[in-house]
Amino acid sequence: MGRSSTVKETQALFQSLRSAYAATPNNLKIIDVFVGFAVLTAIIQVVYMAVVGSFPFNSFLSGVLSCIGTAVLAVCLRIQVNKDNKEFKDVAPERAFADFILCNLVLHLVIMNFMG
Amino acid sequence: MASPESTINGPTKAAGADSKSLRNAFGGVIAFIILVLIGVLAFSIRLFSVIKYESVIHEFDPYFNYRVTQFLSKNGIYDFWNWFDDRTWYPLGRVIGGTVYPGLTLTAGTIWKVVNSLNIPLSVETVCVFTAPIFSAFASWAAYLLTKEVKGPGAGLTAAALLAMVPSYISRSVAGSYDNEAVAIFALVFTFYLYIKTLNTGSLFYATLNALAYFYMVCSWGGYTFIINLIPMHVLLCIVTGRYSSRLYIAYAPLVVLGTLLAALVPVVGFNAVLTSEHFASFLVFIIIHVVALAYYIKGILSPKMFKVAVTLVVSVGLAVCCAVIAILIAVVASSPTKGWSGRSLTLLDPTYASKYIPIIASVSEHQPPTWPSYFMDINVLAFLVPAGIIACFMPLSDSSSFVILYIVTSVYFSGVMVRLMLVLAPAACILSGIALSEAFNVLTRSIKFQLPGIAGNSTSEENGSSSVVAPSDVSKTEKTEEVAKEKPVKKNRKKEKENVEKKPTPSKTERRLLVLPLEASVIAVLLLVLLGAFYVVHCVWAAAEAYSAPSIVLTSQSNDGGLHVFDDFREAYSWLSHNTDVDDKVASWWDYGYQTTAMANRTVLVDNNTWNNTHIATVGTAMSSPEKQAWEIFHSLDVKYVLVVFGGLVGYPSDDINKFLWMVRIGGGEFPHIKEPDYLRDGQYRIDAQATPTMLNCLMYKLSYFRFVETDGKGFDRVRRTEIGKKHFKLTHFEEVFTTHHWMVRIYKLKPPRNRIRGKTKKSKSSVRRSVSSKRDVKGKRNPWH
Repeated sequence: MGRSSTVKETQALFQSLRSAYAATPNNLKIIDVFVGFAVLTAIIQVVYMAVVGSFPFNSFLSGVLSCIGTAVLAVCLRIQVNKDNKEFKDVAPERAFADFILCNLVLHLVIMNFMG
Repeated sequence: MASPESTINGPTKAAGADSKSLRNAFGGVIAFIILVLIGVLAFSIRLFSVIKYESVIHEFDPYFNYRVTQFLSKNGIYDFWNWFDDRTWYPLGRVIGGTVYPGLTLTAGTIWKVVNSLNIPLSVETVCVFTAPIFSAFASWAAYLLTKEVKGPGAGLTAAALLAMVPSYISRSVAGSYDNEAVAIFALVFTFYLYIKTLNTGSLFYATLNALAYFYMVCSWGGYTFIINLIPMHVLLCIVTGRYSSRLYIAYAPLVVLGTLLAALVPVVGFNAVLTSEHFASFLVFIIIHVVALAYYIKGILSPKMFKVAVTLVVSVGLAVCCAVIAILIAVVASSPTKGWSGRSLTLLDPTYASKYIPIIASVSEHQPPTWPSYFMDINVLAFLVPAGIIACFMPLSDSSSFVILYIVTSVYFSGVMVRLMLVLAPAACILSGIALSEAFNVLTRSIKFQLPGIAGNSTSEENGSSSVVAPSDVSKTEKTEEVAKEKPVKKNRKKEKENVEKKPTPSKTERRLLVLPLEASVIAVLLLVLLGAFYVVHCVWAAAEAYSAPSIVLTSQSNDGGLHVFDDFREAYSWLSHNTDVDDKVASWWDYGYQTTAMANRTVLVDNNTWNNTHIATVGTAMSSPEKQAWEIFHSLDVKYVLVVFGGLVGYPSDDINKFLWMVRIGGGEFPHIKEPDYLRDGQYRIDAQATPTMLNCLMYKLSYFRFVETDGKGFDRVRRTEIGKKHFKLTHFEEVFTTHHWMVRIYKLKPPRNRIRGKTKKSKSSVRRSVSSKRDVKGKRNPWH
């Protein structure tokens, strides 16, 4: 009996999660999709490394870290662009995007140098 | 943040926006001038050795850096990056490009290139000598920026002034001390400043700069692991104390990813950036902060009831997964014998580790724990201003002040383990003392100001609660309220500048009256604090001039008639070597002198200060501890032509090879068990007089140090050990003396060539002996492991 209530609670939980998430604005959802894509690419690379072996290690490292880095930076962008965040309301979204681009530039420059 | 304000001019009308901005601008100019003066102070206080001796590079390690910089400036960066050095660690060689921290040499090389392209003809040596003072000025400015982020500009200026002069930092960054710490401390403080700035503003731009500054730190010094462990610790602290915010995520997560990548770019670190335990903390906290961020996000979008359900679900599932992952991780880490940590890092965590397992790390004098007086010598007055600063950081406690507290606590612990790490303590101590002094001056000057007669109704003249109150009409009384924030060095005339720092009076007007101290007590306290600062300045200048300016390659002493007697024996010996030996001759000495020999004498050495190959050093140690014949055989198998020993017995120089000899025995004995330390000690005591053991009296080090020593005064009295030597008259059979310097401090011997005819033994029996020895594989019977 307790089990069915937990199952029902879990279902209610997922329902509320889905409905709450559906309320987020579209631009944030696009960023979320991008983050998901980056993480998925990283996971694919890790699985590939597990299958094929880790030589050359620097290429693997640069590939995985570039995906994770892009994901992290996109999350930072999302934080700064989100209108619900009181701390960042005086930061223009264009400024946040410019910072995002700069950080990505540095990240990918390093990646290209490290990839070998 | 309050801005520094100076009210030298006459009365200003309250709540005048123009006057306020004028005051702000004026204060900014004053702060800028003070910063420039602090930079000049930091630069000039480090020039004592150049004035007292000459513009020469000090100690041992800087000579290696100087040689590398010379190579870089001559051959360009690609050759430097791929340089394989065959003039050291003969016959192994050393991959310079992959084992050196390139930050310092690249910095100096860039400065040299830029300056020369502007047609200012500075030599590489001049640039190398003066790199450290320049970067100490930068470090003071970085400390100003960091403390400004934590507490305010007044505290920043005080901290910068303190860091410019603190003896611990001076000791590693005098003009001529061309070592990694010279630029590394600047990089450390600057990285911390950018981290705090990112934390305070939440801007991704500063996060990028933070990662780049961290990259510069990784390039410069092995102590970068301090940063990559301190910042995760702070993030964890913030999360645990409930101070998580999205700014924390922006400050930390990009730093981990970018920082790891950039650290992996430096060849010395390479894949250690992801494989060694020193970096695991950052990854662990990376995962934790993502979990926490997700939790906060879900909490934000769900109702509280649903959130409780989510929490129970996640906790039950997540705990199981977590335990599995941690178990795997522990199994992986525990499978390596050092648990993935490097030897030096393990020494920091367990101070007794090095003495048990790696005698070389334990033998370096810099790696010993400091004594209590050395704290007072190195950070002086700051030692008891730091607790006041810690308390000041708690009111109010912010993210940045909690970071500074964590920094000081960890650096105090590490400085207690290794005296070399007092250097990391110095910036933290200066920051906290700056905060303490600034807060103290705040309170005291506010008390004085509000109690001066003539400032009537001070609380009623306030229009808005956001700026300071300036009401007085007397110029003299206003001058009394301006206070000292820093003092100039003894060399310039003692003009005291006063600066008034005011905080936003957050408490109400009635409360402000309660915070006021009695007038006389405040005045006396201010004077006492100024006196404290004066003592600090006097001590710092004395320490810089007397204690830390010795280049240690040139020694001086006062002669009886008050003149200065100079002992330039080291350079004499190295120049003899460079002029009287062939370019390809190999020189054997203890590893302390390796860098200097390659840099100044330009000869190939067996071992040098890098100490990366313990067995090779143990071989040299064994040779020095063996009798003449065996030592000759070891050296001959390594193609050595000359042996160099440092001997201080004639003049009383205490850091000579006889005093270091027991370490040679220990390190040699660690690899070759036929060398046993008790053989060289009589009743557990190390002696070289008539009571010394025969093993000691017959070993190569004794013979090379004391050969013909009895001719100097007829009795052979060793001024360092304060006894007469044991064996006075002996001849050398396998070595011949070729050079002894003026004060007998450096003695160079040449290996005699092998005899053509061996009396008494035929060639056949000698080779059969050799074969049987090597085939026995018995370490006890082996005298010479190289046969």
